[in-house]
Amino acid sequence: MAAPRFWREAPSRYNLVATRCGNCGSVSFPPRSFCPKCHRKSVGRMERFRLAGKGSVYTYSVVHEVPSELDMQKPYVIAMIEMDEGAKLTAQVIDVDPKDVHIGMRVRATLRRLGDEGPDGIIHYGYKFVPILN
Amino acid sequence: MRDVAVINVGVTRFGEMWDESFRAIGIEAGMQAIMDAGIAGDDIDALYVGNMSAGRFIDQEHIGALIADYSGMASAHIPATRVEAAGASGGLAFRQGFLAVASGLHDIVVVGGAEKMTDVGDVQSNSIQATAADQEWEVTLGATFASLHAMIAKRYMYDFEAVREELAAVAVKNHRHGAMNPKAQFRREITMDTVLNAPKVADPLGMFDCSPNSDGSAAVVLCSLERAREFTDTPVKVLASSQASDTLALHHRNDICTFAGTRVAARRAYEMAGIGPQQVQVAEVHDNFSISEIIAIEDLGFFDRGTGGKATVDGQTAIGGNVAINTSGGLKARGDPVGATGVAQIVELVHQLRGEADRRQVEAEVGLAQNVGGTGATVVVNILGVA
Repeated sequence: MAAPRFWREAPSRYNLVATRCGNCGSVSFPPRSFCPKCHRKSVGRMERFRLAGKGSVYTYSVVHEVPSELDMQKPYVIAMIEMDEGAKLTAQVIDVDPKDVHIGMRVRATLRRLGDEGPDGIIHYGYKFVPILN
Repeated sequence: MRDVAVINVGVTRFGEMWDESFRAIGIEAGMQAIMDAGIAGDDIDALYVGNMSAGRFIDQEHIGALIADYSGMASAHIPATRVEAAGASGGLAFRQGFLAVASGLHDIVVVGGAEKMTDVGDVQSNSIQATAADQEWEVTLGATFASLHAMIAKRYMYDFEAVREELAAVAVKNHRHGAMNPKAQFRREITMDTVLNAPKVADPLGMFDCSPNSDGSAAVVLCSLERAREFTDTPVKVLASSQASDTLALHHRNDICTFAGTRVAARRAYEMAGIGPQQVQVAEVHDNFSISEIIAIEDLGFFDRGTGGKATVDGQTAIGGNVAINTSGGLKARGDPVGATGVAQIVELVHQLRGEADRRQVEAEVGLAQNVGGTGATVVVNILGVA
């Protein structure tokens, strides 16, 4: 993926910037220009804010057949996280034994290396999730 | 809008065809369909070709013109259009052909679908197939196409207390059907143990829960129903064609264990055909992963939510069951050359409705095809019936 394509998304990849509809209050991540529920009524009323970074595992999978750039990480856990603000997103769950991951597990976002543009290229960073320890 | 019929079909063998190029494969099915229909090049008004990603698989775009050219129709200068909607490319190409004839603009249209996947390795092929998902917000974060479906399966098992064997039963059944299809990529039966003990792809899905990489093409010739009998004694009528879309990323759906795209496209199609799901005796559905067939047969109204897996275990979806699902072997056993798949589904329905399906023949007057792009962001439902 070319570098500018990655930079453009940095606010949401680094800081979980989302939008909240000024009409109905529903949350979109990544940010949207229009609310999928309110359409025209949301124009100009989509407010940007940062998700707090906490959520629960909605579903997950332990991935064994992986893209070449993630070969060193296999097997890894990919999950759909339901954020406390209401939006769902897709991310890895790390620093955990895959056997301990379960639906409903509490997790929080952390900034990690996602990949790179080869040995001489830039490194991509973004969110992954770790368990919230009691 | 006028009635439309399929007057002939063609399909190549599906599989790893190292000695055949994309263009050779691409024209083979079309030539079969045209020759058998007894139509000449001059009779053809337009060509639609379903193709997902020739640009990534073989570095070749401009597929409409390429197929028209190598079909010998360059000098006829017919309109040739490539149609792309990831896994639904073929079904959508069929719909475009249907609309062109139904509108009265064209009389005879050829619809093809083709893909050449094995010129790249498996890892690269997986990454190309993942372009059907959201690159920025799913794939970049580590999702593979298989793992998105694995997450559906995991949640389905959680919501409905389904067991792993329900997924495996889809693969066992589709391999049994594929064993009876001479054009299928895999023509061997497999056991439940084989599926359960296969190498893991993305838990809970293993190798036998996933459709293969395939080369192949399929084609149909469409004609207005009133002229169809000039070319064949056994035209098959297109009773309905519908299409629906949904969010590109799976995580934007409230419920991931049902595809609203399938439910909406099916409702529109049943209305257009004037029938309900109980009138469908044979269906080709998009089993790119075992879980996909289970939620498809629920969303199409054949079974209640949460019961599709159990119905499969009970044999209700096999040949001889209440509704025969994927008599061709489906994407799992027939193979899944992506752009060809939606057209191959139509080819199988036409064989069934004409009574030409040999050992896998079922008693059927109405057949349905459900073709999916991505994780349900595009769904096409076409319904055919004996004319």
